[in-house]
Amino acid sequence: MDDYLAGFTELFSRYDVVGAFWVNIQLTFWAGLIALAVGTLLALMRISPVASLRLTGTSYVTIFRNTPLTIIITFMVLVVWTQLTVTLAPDFNANFFWLAVVGLAVYHAAFVCEAIRSGVNTVPVGQAEAARAIGLPFLAAARLVILPQAFRGSVAPLGNTLIALLKNSTVAAAGSVATETASTMKVMIEFSPNHLYAIFFIFAMGYVILVIPIGLATTWLSDRLAVKR
Amino acid sequence: MDHEATTDEPQPDSVTDAPASATATATRELGEPLVELSGVNKHFGALHVLRDIDLTVRKGEVLVVIGPSGSGKSTLCRAINRLETIDDGTITIDGQPMPAEGKGLARLRADVGMVFQSFNLFAHKTVLDNVTLGPRKVRGLSKKAAEDQARTLLDRVGVGNQAHKMPAQLSGGQQQRVAIARALAMNPKVMLFDEPTSALDPEMVNEVLDVMVALAREGMTMIVVTHEMGFARKAADRVVFMADGLLVEQAHPEEFFTAPKSDRARDFLSKILTH
Repeated sequence: MDDYLAGFTELFSRYDVVGAFWVNIQLTFWAGLIALAVGTLLALMRISPVASLRLTGTSYVTIFRNTPLTIIITFMVLVVWTQLTVTLAPDFNANFFWLAVVGLAVYHAAFVCEAIRSGVNTVPVGQAEAARAIGLPFLAAARLVILPQAFRGSVAPLGNTLIALLKNSTVAAAGSVATETASTMKVMIEFSPNHLYAIFFIFAMGYVILVIPIGLATTWLSDRLAVKR
Repeated sequence: MDHEATTDEPQPDSVTDAPASATATATRELGEPLVELSGVNKHFGALHVLRDIDLTVRKGEVLVVIGPSGSGKSTLCRAINRLETIDDGTITIDGQPMPAEGKGLARLRADVGMVFQSFNLFAHKTVLDNVTLGPRKVRGLSKKAAEDQARTLLDRVGVGNQAHKMPAQLSGGQQQRVAIARALAMNPKVMLFDEPTSALDPEMVNEVLDVMVALAREGMTMIVVTHEMGFARKAADRVVFMADGLLVEQAHPEEFFTAPKSDRARDFLSKILTH
């Protein structure tokens, strides 16, 4: 038993487990930020009075929401980088990191858009009518009246999207981000196969520990920010 | 303001003899045509909700639109600031035709105040911010100027002490008075009221009607969709009766309520006045 525990703790000194989680947190942070911006823009397009913008927004969501993330991430590396030679960072590894961030962001933007749209549905139509009636054009009405209330109504679904994004960030392994958790786990299983169960346990628990606070925070925020009507 | 003296003066003699269209102008001196609808039609699917509506509202006139539910009176009111589109016909505000969309439409809407049945105060903003939003973002007033104006207006409708509350903390009557202040803050040329008291508890109806009567006395041009016959008698220059999308009858309120000409109006009035 002591031997096993010693081997378990040795896993942490031999492999940079914490560092691997940190890479996934960074992937999630940057992809989440970009996805939030792009997703908000898509949601605006989908509720806009301009038919061509609505069509563009709907097409984006339909394409990216229904495409497997692994395909998007490998596309980023094999097509965007290798074929189209788009380089996002001079450093070899940083380039893979940012390609993965963009892949994660374009995929999750579709889900962010739908989360915000579900929030827009919590805003009574009279709010938009009142905004238009005092002479606010569409963008001003959206920015000042609709979106502030929609965001408050979409905290819970946005939290779900963030949780999915954090776990999906392991797909960056398919995009040659070698230092993140899924890649690290594969290396550990290969070189320390006698600790197979422990290795699975470490990574499963790591994600549980990261995700639980997100769930608690979004529930709390969702209640706190809810618009009283 | 200049209409104040004439509004209170009862002029029954001139009213009873004159034809319906002339009676409205007989009660007080009215200005130029401000809102003009001509040949307005609208369908909701197979339902023909507005049929060839021709209507002119003059500066300073208070027009009350009544009629059974489904008669098209709310649609008419909402069409005037294009919250409802129309199929054909024209609507002009102060000589300008209502644009279909874009900045021009937003500009014209700013000049048309709207009060809704369900108040529609911005739920995430304080009472004060509700009233200052339009003046600041549309009219370009400074925060200070907009707040000074808002406080004056809130005092005028009797909710000055509620300025920092959220709409949900106010009673229905208070919310509707804030909504009136919000519309007035844009200095509108005309105010539209779409059943402003229908969602209110009975004891709150009068506080809203009082504000509206005061507004009418000050010479504001108003188009009011309502079932409040007391308000119509007290403040209206003209009553328009609608049924099945048609403008059936228009007359001075006293004349309309005592001697309606059409069967539809007689039938409607007998249903609402006899209990």
